Amino acid sequence: MARIKAPVVITANDLLTGEVVYLDPAHQWSPELSAANVFNALDEAEGELAAAFSEAVVVGAYLAEVSNDVAVTPRHYRESFRHTGPSNYFHGKQAVQDAEVAA
Amino acid sequence: MYNYQEFDRAFVRERVEQYRDQVQRRLDGALTEDEFKPLRLMNGVYLQLHAYMLRIAIPYGTLSSRQMRQLAYIADKWDKGYGHFTTRQNIQFNWPRLVDTPDILDALADVDMHAIQTSGNTIRNVTTDQFAGAALDEVADPRPYAELIRQWSTDHPEFQFLPRKFKIAITGAVEDRAVIRAHDIGLQLIEHEGRIAFRVFVGGGLGRTPIIGQELVDRLPAEDLLPYLEAVLSVYNLAGRRDNKYKARIKITVGAMGIDAFRAKVDKAFKRLRAAFNGQDLAVLGDIQQNFAPPHYVEKSQESYFDALDSDIGFREWVERNVSPHKHPSYASVTISLKGHGDTPGDATSDQMRAIADLAERFAHDELRISHEQNIVLPHVAQADLPAIYRTLKSIGLETANIGLISDIIACPGMDYCALATARSIPIAQDIALRYANREAEIGHMQIKISGCINACGHHHVGHVGILGLDKAGVENYQITLGGSAGNDAAIGEKMGRGFNVDELMPALDRLIDAYLALRLHEGETFAETVKRLGTVPFQEALYVVDQAA
Repeated sequence: MARIKAPVVITANDLLTGEVVYLDPAHQWSPELSAANVFNALDEAEGELAAAFSEAVVVGAYLAEVSNDVAVTPRHYRESFRHTGPSNYFHGKQAVQDAEVAA
Repeated sequence: MYNYQEFDRAFVRERVEQYRDQVQRRLDGALTEDEFKPLRLMNGVYLQLHAYMLRIAIPYGTLSSRQMRQLAYIADKWDKGYGHFTTRQNIQFNWPRLVDTPDILDALADVDMHAIQTSGNTIRNVTTDQFAGAALDEVADPRPYAELIRQWSTDHPEFQFLPRKFKIAITGAVEDRAVIRAHDIGLQLIEHEGRIAFRVFVGGGLGRTPIIGQELVDRLPAEDLLPYLEAVLSVYNLAGRRDNKYKARIKITVGAMGIDAFRAKVDKAFKRLRAAFNGQDLAVLGDIQQNFAPPHYVEKSQESYFDALDSDIGFREWVERNVSPHKHPSYASVTISLKGHGDTPGDATSDQMRAIADLAERFAHDELRISHEQNIVLPHVAQADLPAIYRTLKSIGLETANIGLISDIIACPGMDYCALATARSIPIAQDIALRYANREAEIGHMQIKISGCINACGHHHVGHVGILGLDKAGVENYQITLGGSAGNDAAIGEKMGRGFNVDELMPALDRLIDAYLALRLHEGETFAETVKRLGTVPFQEALYVVDQAA
C-alpha cells in the first residue's frame, strides 16, 4: 500500500454512535471535517495520532489524506463517502448538514 | 416452524445480559476496544463506514409474521425505518447506536431471535432453499436438518474459535437454489434405496480464492449427519491454517491436503465420533421434525384466479415471473421482489415489512422466507389467493415482476456501508435495473451479481455476469466475469480483462447484451446457455471492442 501523503487529518468513529469524527485543533472530536486539524507534516500527525487517540471516546483512529486548497476535502472516494453518507439514501452526514442549513 | 423451548429462551436472554454488561464495561473503560471487539462481533455488532451495523440471524431464512413485525419495530425505533436482507438470508440494520444494541437484542429475544454467530470464526447461519418444504422438486424438507445443525453448532464449545468462519448450506430439492457448492460444506438431500441420505460437498467458497466444492461423500445416511459434520469440523479445526487469514478457510485446507487425504482423516474421526453420538441427536431431530409438518392446505375455488390470469396482463406477467410451483397442486410459492427498478437490492422499509407480515398471516400460513437472492418468499399460498396478494403488493409498490431477470440483481452493501469494500455496489445495481427496465423481458433470464470487494458477499463469481468493484489508483473500477453459475452446474466465472470505470461500465454492458441478443439461437436460449455454447470469447470481444478499435 502506498504511503500516505500530507496534508492529512485524524479521523475515527464515535464510540457511542459510530458516527465519523475528526480531531480538531483543540483535541476534541468533531463530526465536521471543516473543523478538523489539518496536518501538513506527516510526522506531526502521527505523533498527534498516538497522543490524541482516546479509546474512551472513539474507535479506530487513523490518518486520512485531504486537499486543503479552498476547503478541506477528502482525497480518496472512501473518505468522501464517510464525509457525506451513502449514495442510495439521503442518510448520514449529508442529511445532518442539510438539516443544519435548513434550520 | 421451529418453536423455541424454555432452554432456548433462557440461553438467548442470558447472552443478551452478558452482552449488556460487556457494552457497559466498554463504555466505562474496563474493556479496551481490542478486548471488546470480539465480544460485540459474537453478537453480530460490526463497526462500518458511517455507523455500527447489527446483523441478525434468520435461521435458514425462515420468519413468522410476528418476527417480521418485530424487525419493522426495530427499524423504526432504533434505525432509519428500513432493513437490508442479505445473501446469507440474514437482515442487517445499518444505523444502530452501540448503546442501543443490548435493547435491540432484547427486543429480538422477545420474538425468539438473536444475532449470535452472525460474525466471528464460528459456524454461521445455515442457509437453505427459500422454497424448502414447498418446492415441487423437493426430495425431503431440509429445514429440520438445518435446525438440528443450528442447535448443534450454536455455542458449540469446540467450534467457537475455528481457523476462520464456516458456512453450511443445505438443499432438499433437485434444483440447487442454495448455491451449496459455494459453501464450506454443502449438503444435498437425496433418496437412496428408499432412505434419505446426503451428498456432502466440502471446500467450496467464493472470496479471493473462489472454489467449487468437491464431493466428500455421495451417500451419507441421514442419521449420521451430526457425527459426520463434527468429524469434518474437527479435522478442519486442527489442520486449518491460523497463521494467515487469507489461507484459513477449509477450501485451502482441502486443496492443500487433497480431497482423498482429507476424506481419510474425516472417516477416521467419524468412526471415533459416531460412537459418541448415542442417538440423542436423532431424538432431537424427531422432536424438531414435529415443528415442520406441512401446513393445513385449504381448497378454494380457483375461478377468480383464472379470471385474473385472463383479464389482467400485469397479474399474468407477475405470476409468470414471481410465482413458483408448489408440491400441493392448488398451491404456489410467491417471491416478492425487493428489486424494484432503481431500488436498493434487498432493502425493505418497515411499512413494507409490516404489509408483508400481514400477507403472510392472512394468506401464507404465517410463514415467510428470505432468499439468498435478497427477496422475500411466501412459501405456501393457495392459487386462489394470488390475485388478492398481487393487489396488496401493488398497493405498496412491491409487485415488480422481475424474478430471474436482469434487474433481479444480487448486490452487497458495498462502499456505501461496508468498511471492507473497495467500491460501491448499490448504485451500479440501481443503474443497471433502470437502464434495462424496458428491455428485460426481451433479454430474458440473466443473473447479475455484484460485489464491492474481493470478499464476494455479492456472489459475483457465480453470476452469469459478475461485477467486482475494486479501487484502481483511487478510482472505482469494475471487473466483469462471465460464465459463472450458482445452480446445479455451479461454476466460477471467467475474468474478461481490464476493469471499467463507472462511466465505461454501462456502455460495456450494452455491448455485452447486444452481442448476446445477436448471437442467441432463439428467444428461448438464455444468456448463460449462449455463453456455454459459444464460450466467452465473442462476449469478451464485445466488451473490449473499443480497446481493439483504438
